[in-house]
Amino acid sequence: MPIITTITPGMTMLDDFLVRAGLAAVGLSLATGPLGAFVIWRRMAYFGDATAHAAILGVALALATDLPVGLGTLVVALAMAVTVAGLSARGWAMDTTLGVLAHSALAFGLVAVSFFPTVRTDLSAYLFGDILAVSRGELGLVWLGSLAVLALLAWRWQALLTTTLSEDLAHAAGLRPNRERLVLVIALALVVAVALKIVGALLIAAMLIIPAAAARGFARTPEMMAGLAVAIGALSGLGGLALSLWQDTPTGPSIIVVAAVLFALGTLRKRF
Amino acid sequence: MSLIAADHVCVRFGADEVLHDVSLAIMPGEIVTILGPNGSGKSTLLRALLGILPVAEGRILRQADLRIGYVPQRLMIDRTMPITVRRFLSLPVRVGDAAASEALGRVGMAGHGGDQMTALSGGQLQRVLLARAMLGAPQVLMLDEPTQGLDQQGEAAFYRLIEEVRRNTGAAVLMVSHDLHVVMAASDRVICLNGHICCEGTPRVVSNAPEYRALFGLGTQGALALYQHEHDHDHPPGEGHAHHHHDHAGHDHA
Repeated sequence: MPIITTITPGMTMLDDFLVRAGLAAVGLSLATGPLGAFVIWRRMAYFGDATAHAAILGVALALATDLPVGLGTLVVALAMAVTVAGLSARGWAMDTTLGVLAHSALAFGLVAVSFFPTVRTDLSAYLFGDILAVSRGELGLVWLGSLAVLALLAWRWQALLTTTLSEDLAHAAGLRPNRERLVLVIALALVVAVALKIVGALLIAAMLIIPAAAARGFARTPEMMAGLAVAIGALSGLGGLALSLWQDTPTGPSIIVVAAVLFALGTLRKRF
Repeated sequence: MSLIAADHVCVRFGADEVLHDVSLAIMPGEIVTILGPNGSGKSTLLRALLGILPVAEGRILRQADLRIGYVPQRLMIDRTMPITVRRFLSLPVRVGDAAASEALGRVGMAGHGGDQMTALSGGQLQRVLLARAMLGAPQVLMLDEPTQGLDQQGEAAFYRLIEEVRRNTGAAVLMVSHDLHVVMAASDRVICLNGHICCEGTPRVVSNAPEYRALFGLGTQGALALYQHEHDHDHPPGEGHAHHHHDHAGHDHA
């Protein structure tokens, strides 16, 4: 591995872009694993898409207002997630509503971003991620964001599981399903903000769903599924990174390709 | 002092008034059954008592820190969620292994802790739901049509189990049902509901009340006779079930 040999004495490990990329992928999967499991259990896949697509609009707004891109995506993703959650609580037809919101947000974002010529050139970084360009600061944010999501989910874990199984059971136990839903919405917005740089807006939902779906067949408890999803997500991240280096493919899609292959292998194994 | 009570409660869905001026009180240790046809607001009343649905008028009164064990009408567990019976019992409050096995044993599900929840039969699921509800040492158990989907034998066994729980734990029980004949042996009090409380009293009193008969269209047939008779209301008394079964046996579906 020639890359390894470029680490010369005096450089810290984090100076290597590849090490940073690998750590970013692993950090992200800490959050996408358990959150992805909830996305699957609660059938929020499209919801994740809408939130992720809104991130592009967040990029545009951040550039227009000279705010950090991470903050812009976080705010817009949160606004989108809260809107969608509110509409669904009011009984809107979710399939249509989400379809309209998700793609409108993406389209508005793309149009808005086109007003910033400097960004237009590397728009693909926001759509497909640019994990190889993760800076030390960004790496710190990825881990901070992921650990925050993990801590939030761990704190509310029992309540979230109960609410997911049955809102009535949760109510009877004195829990408030609306509050737990909000916890997931916040976690989702955080993950979107964190994952934008790594897998890009178009594939964030895939990073949530595919590893967790791959874990399903091997798990007997919710915790096992979440844990396995973390492992499969991390493996996909590292594998995608390797694939990207080896074949010079775009990294974000490569990560999802590896995840999809792992999912397929899991289904095959179950068959036999 | 009642454990939980409804005080002149009205519940509305939009312009529809589903419950009108309902008052009831559950005392410690009693078994009360709410009886009514489909759409009479039984589940709505239970859900209002639980605080799931807001009341438009009136009040729900609960004893402070009341421990409620709730068995929902049904629990649809999404197949995407892997969860064992043992893990389910630890929601939302984690319980020790000893307590979990004891609860499973009490409902006749000993040794099923490792089963996947989605693999249980309807009757097994109801028993697990009951075991979970009992783990919180409830002062009142609330069951919403707990025997839906069970055959008659399973239904009778389930109600015996409820009585046993009351005897062993002293918990009050509030059940919802749509037919009287099986619950009547176990209930201390029956409340007949059809948007409002039509009549209430002991099972015998209710089964002879004109309001109850009007609601269920039973004519002169007593509930006791009904109890001894079979499940299906559509059958005229003369037509036995053996005939019915014979009919089915005649078909060759294989």
